[in-house]
Amino acid sequence: MKNFLSLVLVLALGGMIILSLQNNQYFTAYGEVDITKRVSESYIDRDVNGGTQAVEFGVANNLESGPANIVTAIVADYRSFDTLGEVTVLFVSSLGVALLLASGKQKRLDLHFHPNFMLRVGSRALFGIILMTGIFVIVHGHLTPGGGFPGGTMIASSILLLYLADDNFRTKVKSFKTLESIAGSLYVIIGLVGLFAFDYFLVNFLDNGILGELFSAGIVPIVYALIGLKVGSEISGIIDNFLTEEVA
Amino acid sequence: MLIDIIEIVVSVLLIVLAFLAINSKMLIKSVIFLSSLSMLSVISFIIMQAPDVAVTEAVIGSGLVTSLFVFTLLAVRKVEEKI
Amino acid sequence: MLLYAAIILMMLGLYGILTQRNIIKIIISLNILEIGLNIFIISIGFVNGGVAPIFTGQNNLGSIGFVDPLPQALVLTAIVIGVGTTALGLALAKKIYAKYGTFEIDDMKGAE
Repeated sequence: MKNFLSLVLVLALGGMIILSLQNNQYFTAYGEVDITKRVSESYIDRDVNGGTQAVEFGVANNLESGPANIVTAIVADYRSFDTLGEVTVLFVSSLGVALLLASGKQKRLDLHFHPNFMLRVGSRALFGIILMTGIFVIVHGHLTPGGGFPGGTMIASSILLLYLADDNFRTKVKSFKTLESIAGSLYVIIGLVGLFAFDYFLVNFLDNGILGELFSAGIVPIVYALIGLKVGSEISGIIDNFLTEEVA
Repeated sequence: MLIDIIEIVVSVLLIVLAFLAINSKMLIKSVIFLSSLSMLSVISFIIMQAPDVAVTEAVIGSGLVTSLFVFTLLAVRKVEEKI
Repeated sequence: MLLYAAIILMMLGLYGILTQRNIIKIIISLNILEIGLNIFIISIGFVNGGVAPIFTGQNNLGSIGFVDPLPQALVLTAIVIGVGTTALGLALAKKIYAKYGTFEIDDMKGAE
Protein backbone atom coordinates (compact mmCIF):
# COMPACT_ATOMS: atom_id res chain seq x y z
CA MET A 1 0.00 0.00 0.00
CA LYS A 2 2.69 2.43 1.00
CA ASN A 3 4.77 1.51 -2.04
CA PHE A 4 1.76 2.13 -4.26
CA LEU A 5 1.19 5.58 -2.74
CA SER A 6 4.87 6.42 -3.27
CA LEU A 7 4.63 5.28 -6.88
CA VAL A 8 1.61 7.52 -7.48
CA LEU A 9 3.40 10.48 -5.88
CA VAL A 10 6.56 9.93 -7.94
CA LEU A 11 4.62 9.55 -11.20
CA ALA A 12 2.72 12.74 -10.40
CA LEU A 13 6.03 14.57 -9.85
CA GLY A 14 7.47 13.35 -13.15
CA GLY A 15 4.28 14.15 -15.03
CA MET A 16 4.16 17.65 -13.61
CA ILE A 17 7.80 18.33 -14.53
CA ILE A 18 7.26 17.14 -18.12
CA LEU A 19 3.96 19.06 -18.44
CA SER A 20 5.50 22.26 -17.14
CA LEU A 21 8.31 21.98 -19.72
CA GLN A 22 5.87 21.87 -22.67
CA ASN A 23 5.42 25.21 -24.46
CA ASN A 24 7.24 27.09 -21.72
CA GLN A 25 8.81 30.28 -23.00
CA TYR A 26 11.54 30.28 -20.31
CA PHE A 27 12.57 26.63 -20.79
CA THR A 28 13.01 26.09 -24.50
CA ALA A 29 13.49 22.62 -25.99
CA TYR A 30 16.75 20.76 -25.37
CA GLY A 31 19.59 22.36 -27.32
CA GLU A 32 17.62 25.30 -28.73
CA VAL A 33 18.52 27.93 -26.15
CA ASP A 34 19.09 31.50 -27.31
CA ILE A 35 21.87 32.81 -25.09
CA THR A 36 21.41 36.38 -26.25
CA LYS A 37 18.11 36.44 -24.33
CA ARG A 38 19.69 35.24 -21.10
CA VAL A 39 21.74 37.01 -18.41
CA SER A 40 24.74 34.78 -19.28
CA GLU A 41 25.43 36.89 -22.36
CA SER A 42 26.67 39.69 -20.09
CA TYR A 43 28.98 37.27 -18.27
CA ILE A 44 30.46 36.07 -21.57
CA ASP A 45 30.87 39.50 -23.16
CA ARG A 46 32.04 41.02 -19.85
CA ASP A 47 29.60 43.93 -19.97
CA VAL A 48 27.69 43.51 -16.70
CA ASN A 49 28.80 46.98 -15.59
CA GLY A 50 28.65 48.45 -19.09
CA GLY A 51 32.13 47.63 -20.41
CA THR A 52 32.23 47.59 -24.20
CA GLN A 53 35.71 46.26 -24.95
CA ALA A 54 35.87 43.29 -27.34
CA VAL A 55 36.98 40.00 -25.70
CA GLU A 56 39.90 38.54 -27.64
CA PHE A 57 42.15 35.74 -26.41
CA GLY A 58 45.72 36.85 -25.83
CA VAL A 59 45.00 40.46 -26.81
CA ALA A 60 42.32 42.00 -24.60
CA ASN A 61 43.79 43.60 -21.50
CA ASN A 62 42.20 44.80 -18.27
CA LEU A 63 38.70 43.50 -18.97
CA GLU A 64 35.89 43.75 -16.45
CA SER A 65 36.76 40.22 -15.29
CA GLY A 66 40.02 38.50 -16.17
CA PRO A 67 39.67 34.67 -16.30
CA ALA A 68 39.60 32.95 -19.71
CA ASN A 69 37.40 30.23 -18.19
CA ILE A 70 33.94 31.81 -17.97
CA VAL A 71 32.72 29.40 -15.28
CA THR A 72 35.62 30.52 -13.08
CA ALA A 73 34.74 34.14 -13.82
CA ILE A 74 31.24 33.51 -12.48
CA VAL A 75 32.23 31.33 -9.49
CA ALA A 76 35.22 33.29 -8.20
CA ASP A 77 34.59 36.83 -9.43
CA TYR A 78 30.98 37.79 -10.19
CA ARG A 79 29.44 35.46 -7.59
CA SER A 80 32.34 35.29 -5.15
CA PHE A 81 30.15 36.08 -2.15
CA ASP A 82 28.03 33.02 -2.97
CA THR A 83 31.18 30.88 -3.03
CA LEU A 84 32.18 32.24 0.39
CA GLY A 85 28.82 31.03 1.70
CA GLU A 86 29.32 27.64 0.08
CA VAL A 87 32.75 27.20 1.65
CA THR A 88 31.10 28.04 4.98
CA VAL A 89 28.53 25.28 4.41
CA LEU A 90 31.33 22.77 3.77
CA PHE A 91 33.10 23.99 6.91
CA VAL A 92 29.96 23.52 9.04
CA SER A 93 29.49 20.02 7.59
CA SER A 94 33.07 18.98 8.40
CA LEU A 95 32.56 20.45 11.88
CA GLY A 96 29.44 18.29 12.27
CA VAL A 97 31.29 15.15 11.17
CA ALA A 98 34.08 15.88 13.64
CA LEU A 99 31.53 16.49 16.41
CA LEU A 100 29.79 13.15 15.73
CA LEU A 101 32.80 10.90 15.11
CA ALA A 102 35.86 12.42 16.76
CA SER A 103 34.85 12.50 20.41
CA GLY A 104 37.26 11.03 22.94
CA LYS A 105 40.65 9.47 22.27
CA GLN A 106 41.14 8.19 18.75
CA LYS A 107 43.03 5.33 17.13
CA ARG A 108 43.29 4.07 13.55
CA LEU A 109 40.63 1.70 12.25
CA ASP A 110 42.36 -1.69 11.94
CA LEU A 111 41.82 -2.96 8.39
CA HIS A 112 43.75 -6.25 8.92
CA PHE A 113 46.01 -5.34 6.05
CA HIS A 114 49.80 -5.32 6.01
CA PRO A 115 51.36 -3.54 3.02
CA ASN A 116 54.45 -5.05 1.43
CA PHE A 117 57.53 -3.14 0.34
CA MET A 118 56.38 -2.50 -3.25
CA LEU A 119 53.07 -1.01 -2.13
CA ARG A 120 54.71 1.29 0.39
CA VAL A 121 57.28 2.65 -2.09
CA GLY A 122 54.79 2.85 -4.96
CA SER A 123 52.22 4.73 -2.91
CA ARG A 124 54.87 7.28 -1.83
CA ALA A 125 55.76 7.89 -5.50
CA LEU A 126 52.10 8.14 -6.56
CA PHE A 127 51.41 10.53 -3.66
CA GLY A 128 53.74 13.11 -5.20
CA ILE A 129 52.21 12.75 -8.67
CA ILE A 130 48.62 13.13 -7.44
CA LEU A 131 49.58 16.09 -5.23
CA MET A 132 51.30 17.84 -8.16
CA THR A 133 48.24 17.23 -10.37
CA GLY A 134 46.01 18.81 -7.73
CA ILE A 135 48.27 21.85 -7.43
CA PHE A 136 48.41 22.20 -11.25
CA VAL A 137 44.61 22.08 -11.48
CA ILE A 138 44.29 24.73 -8.74
CA VAL A 139 46.91 27.10 -10.20
CA HIS A 140 45.47 26.92 -13.74
CA GLY A 141 41.87 27.22 -12.52
CA HIS A 142 41.31 30.50 -14.39
CA LEU A 143 42.57 29.15 -17.74
CA THR A 144 41.57 25.47 -17.99
CA PRO A 145 38.73 23.33 -16.60
CA GLY A 146 39.13 22.63 -12.92
CA GLY A 147 39.93 25.01 -10.12
CA GLY A 148 39.79 25.09 -6.35
CA PHE A 149 37.13 22.49 -5.67
CA PRO A 150 38.40 19.53 -7.76
CA GLY A 151 42.03 20.46 -7.08
CA GLY A 152 41.47 20.54 -3.33
CA THR A 153 39.75 17.17 -3.52
CA MET A 154 42.71 15.77 -5.51
CA ILE A 155 45.02 16.87 -2.68
CA ALA A 156 42.73 15.11 -0.22
CA SER A 157 42.79 11.99 -2.45
CA SER A 158 46.59 11.89 -2.28
CA ILE A 159 46.32 11.89 1.52
CA LEU A 160 43.64 9.16 1.28
CA LEU A 161 46.17 7.05 -0.67
CA LEU A 162 48.69 7.39 2.17
CA TYR A 163 46.00 6.31 4.64
CA LEU A 164 45.09 3.24 2.57
CA ALA A 165 48.68 2.12 1.95
CA ASP A 166 49.76 2.15 5.59
CA ASP A 167 47.81 0.73 8.49
CA ASN A 168 49.39 2.95 11.13
CA PHE A 169 49.57 6.22 9.22
CA ARG A 170 47.84 9.28 10.70
CA THR A 171 48.24 12.89 9.64
CA LYS A 172 48.47 15.73 12.09
CA VAL A 173 44.82 16.77 12.21
CA LYS A 174 45.62 19.91 14.20
CA SER A 175 47.83 21.31 11.42
CA PHE A 176 44.98 20.71 8.95
CA LYS A 177 42.62 22.68 11.19
CA THR A 178 45.14 25.52 11.37
CA LEU A 179 45.64 25.56 7.58
CA GLU A 180 41.89 25.58 7.05
CA SER A 181 41.34 28.47 9.47
CA ILE A 182 44.16 30.51 7.90
CA ALA A 183 42.81 29.96 4.36
CA GLY A 184 39.24 30.84 5.37
CA SER A 185 40.33 33.95 7.28
CA LEU A 186 42.48 35.14 4.37
CA TYR A 187 39.48 34.83 2.03
CA VAL A 188 37.40 37.07 4.31
CA ILE A 189 40.35 39.48 4.79
CA ILE A 190 40.73 39.85 0.99
CA GLY A 191 37.03 40.68 0.86
CA LEU A 192 37.33 43.21 3.67
CA VAL A 193 40.33 44.89 1.98
CA GLY A 194 38.09 45.33 -1.04
CA LEU A 195 35.33 46.74 1.15
CA PHE A 196 37.39 49.31 3.06
CA ALA A 197 40.16 50.30 0.65
CA PHE A 198 38.17 50.07 -2.60
CA ASP A 199 34.51 49.90 -3.61
CA TYR A 200 32.71 46.85 -2.23
CA PHE A 201 33.13 43.43 -0.60
CA LEU A 202 35.40 41.03 -2.59
CA VAL A 203 36.06 43.58 -5.36
CA ASN A 204 38.80 42.52 -7.79
CA PHE A 205 41.30 45.23 -6.83
CA LEU A 206 44.37 43.95 -8.70
CA ASP A 207 45.21 44.52 -12.36
CA ASN A 208 43.40 42.03 -14.63
CA GLY A 209 46.27 41.67 -17.10
CA ILE A 210 46.00 40.10 -20.56
CA LEU A 211 43.27 37.49 -21.08
CA GLY A 212 44.77 33.99 -21.20
CA GLU A 213 48.11 34.52 -19.42
CA LEU A 214 49.04 32.67 -16.25
CA PHE A 215 49.58 35.86 -14.24
CA SER A 216 46.28 37.53 -15.02
CA ALA A 217 42.76 37.90 -13.63
CA GLY A 218 43.75 39.86 -10.50
CA ILE A 219 42.66 38.23 -7.25
CA VAL A 220 40.88 35.26 -8.87
CA PRO A 221 43.86 32.82 -8.80
CA ILE A 222 44.62 33.85 -5.20
CA VAL A 223 41.03 33.29 -4.12
CA TYR A 224 40.88 29.94 -5.95
CA ALA A 225 44.15 28.79 -4.34
CA LEU A 226 42.74 29.69 -0.91
CA ILE A 227 39.52 27.77 -1.70
CA GLY A 228 41.62 24.79 -2.84
CA LEU A 229 43.64 24.77 0.40
CA LYS A 230 40.48 25.07 2.49
CA VAL A 231 38.57 22.32 0.65
CA GLY A 232 41.61 20.02 0.66
CA SER A 233 42.22 20.36 4.39
CA GLU A 234 38.51 20.04 5.24
CA ILE A 235 38.05 16.85 3.21
CA SER A 236 41.30 15.40 4.60
CA GLY A 237 39.85 16.01 8.07
CA ILE A 238 36.62 14.22 7.10
CA ILE A 239 38.63 11.23 5.74
CA ASP A 240 40.62 11.08 8.98
CA ASN A 241 37.40 11.10 11.00
CA PHE A 242 35.95 8.23 8.96
CA LEU A 243 39.11 6.10 9.26
CA THR A 244 39.51 6.36 13.04
CA GLU A 245 37.53 4.92 15.91
CA GLU A 246 37.27 5.56 19.60
CA VAL A 247 39.53 3.67 21.94
CA ALA A 248 37.22 1.27 23.71
CA MET B 1 25.22 11.13 -35.57
CA LEU B 2 27.65 9.16 -33.41
CA ILE B 3 27.03 11.53 -30.51
CA ASP B 4 23.28 10.76 -30.68
CA ILE B 5 23.91 7.03 -30.33
CA ILE B 6 26.27 7.62 -27.39
CA GLU B 7 23.64 9.86 -25.80
CA ILE B 8 20.93 7.18 -26.04
CA VAL B 9 23.24 4.45 -24.69
CA VAL B 10 24.34 6.64 -21.77
CA SER B 11 20.72 7.57 -20.94
CA VAL B 12 19.57 3.94 -20.87
CA LEU B 13 22.59 2.86 -18.81
CA LEU B 14 21.98 5.70 -16.32
CA ILE B 15 18.42 4.54 -15.68
CA VAL B 16 19.37 0.84 -15.46
CA LEU B 17 22.22 1.56 -13.02
CA ALA B 18 20.01 3.78 -10.84
CA PHE B 19 17.39 1.00 -10.70
CA LEU B 20 20.05 -1.58 -9.75
CA ALA B 21 21.58 0.74 -7.12
CA ILE B 22 18.22 1.17 -5.39
CA ASN B 23 17.07 -2.44 -5.66
CA SER B 24 20.14 -4.63 -5.09
CA LYS B 25 20.16 -6.60 -1.84
CA MET B 26 23.81 -6.16 -0.81
CA LEU B 27 24.84 -2.69 0.37
CA ILE B 28 28.33 -2.84 -1.12
CA LYS B 29 26.86 -3.64 -4.56
CA SER B 30 24.59 -0.60 -4.27
CA VAL B 31 27.62 1.56 -3.48
CA ILE B 32 29.55 0.28 -6.51
CA PHE B 33 26.51 0.82 -8.77
CA LEU B 34 26.26 4.40 -7.43
CA SER B 35 29.94 4.91 -8.27
CA SER B 36 29.49 3.73 -11.85
CA LEU B 37 26.34 5.88 -12.16
CA SER B 38 28.46 8.86 -11.16
CA MET B 39 31.09 7.96 -13.75
CA LEU B 40 28.42 7.74 -16.48
CA SER B 41 27.05 11.12 -15.44
CA VAL B 42 30.57 12.47 -16.13
CA ILE B 43 30.19 11.27 -19.74
CA SER B 44 26.81 13.00 -19.99
CA PHE B 45 28.36 16.25 -18.67
CA ILE B 46 31.06 16.02 -21.33
CA ILE B 47 28.41 15.47 -24.05
CA MET B 48 26.73 18.66 -22.79
CA GLN B 49 30.04 20.62 -23.00
CA ALA B 50 30.58 21.18 -19.27
CA PRO B 51 34.23 20.22 -18.59
CA ASP B 52 34.42 22.04 -15.23
CA VAL B 53 31.49 20.10 -13.82
CA ALA B 54 32.83 16.87 -15.35
CA VAL B 55 36.20 17.19 -13.58
CA THR B 56 34.54 18.02 -10.27
CA GLU B 57 32.03 15.16 -10.50
CA ALA B 58 34.76 12.67 -11.49
CA VAL B 59 36.91 13.54 -8.49
CA ILE B 60 34.20 14.07 -5.89
CA GLY B 61 31.21 11.96 -6.99
CA SER B 62 32.87 8.78 -8.07
CA GLY B 63 36.05 8.98 -5.99
CA LEU B 64 35.51 10.58 -2.62
CA VAL B 65 31.83 9.76 -1.95
CA THR B 66 32.39 6.08 -2.82
CA SER B 67 35.35 5.87 -0.46
CA LEU B 68 33.29 7.43 2.35
CA PHE B 69 30.51 4.83 1.82
CA VAL B 70 33.04 1.98 1.78
CA PHE B 71 34.71 3.22 4.97
CA THR B 72 31.34 3.35 6.75
CA LEU B 73 30.59 -0.24 5.72
CA LEU B 74 34.10 -1.37 6.75
CA ALA B 75 33.76 0.18 10.21
CA VAL B 76 30.40 -1.57 10.61
CA ARG B 77 31.86 -4.95 9.60
CA LYS B 78 34.47 -4.50 12.36
CA VAL B 79 31.73 -4.02 14.98
CA GLU B 80 29.98 -7.20 13.77
CA GLU B 81 33.17 -9.22 14.17
CA LYS B 82 33.58 -8.10 17.77
CA ILE B 83 30.06 -9.22 18.70
CA MET C 1 17.12 12.36 -24.46
CA LEU C 2 19.43 13.15 -21.56
CA LEU C 3 16.81 15.59 -20.26
CA TYR C 4 14.22 12.80 -19.89
CA ALA C 5 16.82 10.42 -18.43
CA ALA C 6 17.51 13.09 -15.79
CA ILE C 7 13.80 13.40 -14.96
CA ILE C 8 13.52 9.59 -14.61
CA LEU C 9 16.62 9.59 -12.36
CA MET C 10 14.97 12.20 -10.13
CA MET C 11 11.80 10.09 -9.96
CA LEU C 12 13.78 6.93 -9.11
CA GLY C 13 15.70 8.77 -6.39
CA LEU C 14 12.53 10.10 -4.79
CA TYR C 15 10.92 6.64 -4.99
CA GLY C 16 13.97 5.17 -3.24
CA ILE C 17 13.84 7.75 -0.45
CA LEU C 18 10.14 7.06 0.13
CA THR C 19 10.20 3.25 0.06
CA GLN C 20 13.59 2.05 1.30
CA ARG C 21 13.92 1.10 4.98
CA ASN C 22 17.71 1.01 5.17
CA ILE C 23 19.65 4.15 6.10
CA ILE C 24 22.53 3.55 3.66
CA LYS C 25 20.00 2.91 0.86
CA ILE C 26 18.25 6.19 1.70
CA ILE C 27 21.54 8.11 1.43
CA ILE C 28 22.28 6.34 -1.90
CA SER C 29 18.82 7.36 -3.18
CA LEU C 30 19.53 10.95 -2.13
CA ASN C 31 22.73 10.84 -4.19
CA ILE C 32 20.85 9.49 -7.23
CA LEU C 33 18.30 12.32 -6.89
CA GLU C 34 21.17 14.80 -6.75
CA ILE C 35 22.90 13.39 -9.87
CA GLY C 36 19.61 13.55 -11.80
CA LEU C 37 19.04 17.13 -10.71
CA ASN C 38 22.57 18.12 -11.76
CA ILE C 39 22.14 16.61 -15.25
CA PHE C 40 18.77 18.38 -15.54
CA ILE C 41 20.19 21.80 -14.63
CA ILE C 42 23.15 21.39 -17.04
CA SER C 43 20.81 20.29 -19.85
CA ILE C 44 18.76 23.50 -19.74
CA GLY C 45 21.90 25.46 -20.68
CA PHE C 46 22.97 23.30 -23.61
CA VAL C 47 23.13 24.80 -27.10
CA ASN C 48 23.28 22.63 -30.23
CA GLY C 49 26.78 22.95 -31.70
CA GLY C 50 28.01 25.04 -28.78
CA VAL C 51 31.52 24.68 -27.35
CA ALA C 52 32.64 24.64 -23.71
CA PRO C 53 32.60 28.15 -22.17
CA ILE C 54 36.37 28.77 -22.18
CA PHE C 55 38.10 31.42 -24.29
CA THR C 56 40.91 29.82 -26.29
CA GLY C 57 42.95 30.78 -29.31
CA GLN C 58 40.58 28.87 -31.59
CA ASN C 59 37.21 30.29 -30.58
CA ASN C 60 36.86 34.01 -30.19
CA LEU C 61 33.23 34.29 -31.17
CA GLY C 62 31.89 36.17 -28.14
CA SER C 63 28.50 35.08 -26.93
CA ILE C 64 27.64 33.18 -30.13
CA GLY C 65 28.96 29.64 -30.03
CA PHE C 66 29.29 29.05 -26.28
CA VAL C 67 26.94 26.98 -24.13
CA ASP C 68 25.35 28.73 -21.16
CA PRO C 69 27.97 29.00 -18.35
CA LEU C 70 25.64 30.03 -15.51
CA PRO C 71 24.01 26.59 -14.87
CA GLN C 72 27.49 25.05 -14.85
CA ALA C 73 28.65 27.45 -12.14
CA LEU C 74 25.56 26.66 -10.04
CA VAL C 75 26.04 22.88 -10.42
CA LEU C 76 29.72 23.20 -9.43
CA THR C 77 28.46 24.66 -6.16
CA ALA C 78 25.78 21.98 -5.75
CA ILE C 79 28.19 19.04 -6.15
CA VAL C 80 30.49 20.29 -3.39
CA ILE C 81 27.56 20.87 -1.02
CA GLY C 82 26.33 17.37 -1.90
CA VAL C 83 29.52 15.78 -0.60
CA GLY C 84 29.08 17.74 2.65
CA THR C 85 25.54 16.45 3.20
CA THR C 86 26.55 12.89 2.27
CA ALA C 87 29.45 12.91 4.74
CA LEU C 88 27.21 14.25 7.52
CA GLY C 89 24.53 11.64 6.75
CA LEU C 90 27.06 8.80 6.81
CA ALA C 91 28.48 10.04 10.12
CA LEU C 92 24.94 9.96 11.57
CA ALA C 93 24.42 6.44 10.15
CA LYS C 94 27.64 5.27 11.81
CA LYS C 95 26.46 6.70 15.16
CA ILE C 96 23.06 5.01 14.75
CA TYR C 97 24.75 1.68 14.06
CA ALA C 98 26.89 2.08 17.17
CA LYS C 99 23.72 2.59 19.26
CA TYR C 100 21.26 0.07 17.74
CA GLY C 101 23.49 -2.42 15.90
CA THR C 102 21.56 -2.26 12.64
CA PHE C 103 20.88 -0.05 9.60
CA GLU C 104 17.26 -1.19 9.20
CA ILE C 105 14.76 1.35 10.53
CA ASP C 106 12.15 -1.33 11.33
CA ASP C 107 14.50 -3.27 13.62
CA MET C 108 15.38 -0.27 15.75
CA LYS C 109 12.18 0.10 17.73
CA GLY C 110 12.77 -2.51 20.44
CA ALA C 111 16.52 -2.10 20.88
CA GLU C 112 17.80 -0.97 24.29
